[in-house]
Amino acid sequence: MSNSVKLHYDVSGEDFTRAGEASGNIKKVLKEIGCDADLIRNVSIATYEAEINMVIHANGGVVDVDIFPDHIDIVLADQGPGIKDVELAMKEGYSTAPDNVRSLGFGAGMGLPNIKKYADEMKIETEVGVGTTIRLKFYIK
Amino acid sequence: MKVKEIIEILEAEVICGEDLSEKEVHTACGSDMMSDVLAYVKDQAVLLSGLVNNQVVRTAEMMDMKCIVFVRGKKPDESMIELANASDMVLLSTKKPMFTACGLLYSHGLRGGNG
Ligand SMILES: Nc1ncnc2c1ncn2[C@@H]1O[C@H](COP(=O)(O)OP(=O)(O)OP(=O)(O)O)[C@@H](O)[C@H]1O
Ligand SMILES: [Mg+2]
Repeated sequence: MSNSVKLHYDVSGEDFTRAGEASGNIKKVLKEIGCDADLIRNVSIATYEAEINMVIHANGGVVDVDIFPDHIDIVLADQGPGIKDVELAMKEGYSTAPDNVRSLGFGAGMGLPNIKKYADEMKIETEVGVGTTIRLKFYIK
Repeated sequence: MKVKEIIEILEAEVICGEDLSEKEVHTACGSDMMSDVLAYVKDQAVLLSGLVNNQVVRTAEMMDMKCIVFVRGKKPDESMIELANASDMVLLSTKKPMFTACGLLYSHGLRGGNG
């Protein structure tokens, strides 16, 4: 389909203060398009959690958004350390975040389960030493 | 209650968004852990926090919150104010500590919601 709206963002892993810029921008675009408020919030929270993960666990990455008439695809890809045990990482409360991340307000081990809660579909492709790609799908009702 | 009542009750300084103080808010949450706010909070309009960094404003923005109260006299910096202005959010700063600020707002009718 050629009439989708495509967005692309580079997320820096160096600068924690800028984390969330991509998610904030995606939210703005969805508002401009006139998407439903609940859908916008679901996309915002899930994307923001994944973007923060990219910054604190994987030294940044890229976000690609593809907005179709009936669904939104969001792919967050990084070349970080990868996730050794995805099933464990998906558990509420599991976190490898160091103390400095916790003092910034993150690292409760809630992000991945929260993404699953807000996205209609979530797929994690990951390989230790290679990186992690998270694919999210949101239906537009 | 209105945001301007929060300002009065907490004797808070308005950092930005003064023109939005007529907005109605019904529920609030208090946390320094943004992970928990993102995971457990639902439909709360006010965030009270002792944490000061951009991600506090970002978190509130993603959750469509209307007002952030920084407790214990904490003050947001320029970039946080910019972010808040861009999403029509009121930023307040109160000298009161977290527990007292939450208690005062609760006793004046603001609720925690189900989150
Ligand atoms: N992009 C990633 N690259 C490498 N590891 C990751 C990535 N995303 C998550 N992880 C691993 O999975 C764990 C769980 O992630 P999750 O987002 O649930 O929690 P957290 O980021 O540690 O804390 P919170 O999200 O509550 O702030 C992380 O601690 C980390 O070990
Ligand atoms: Mg996380």
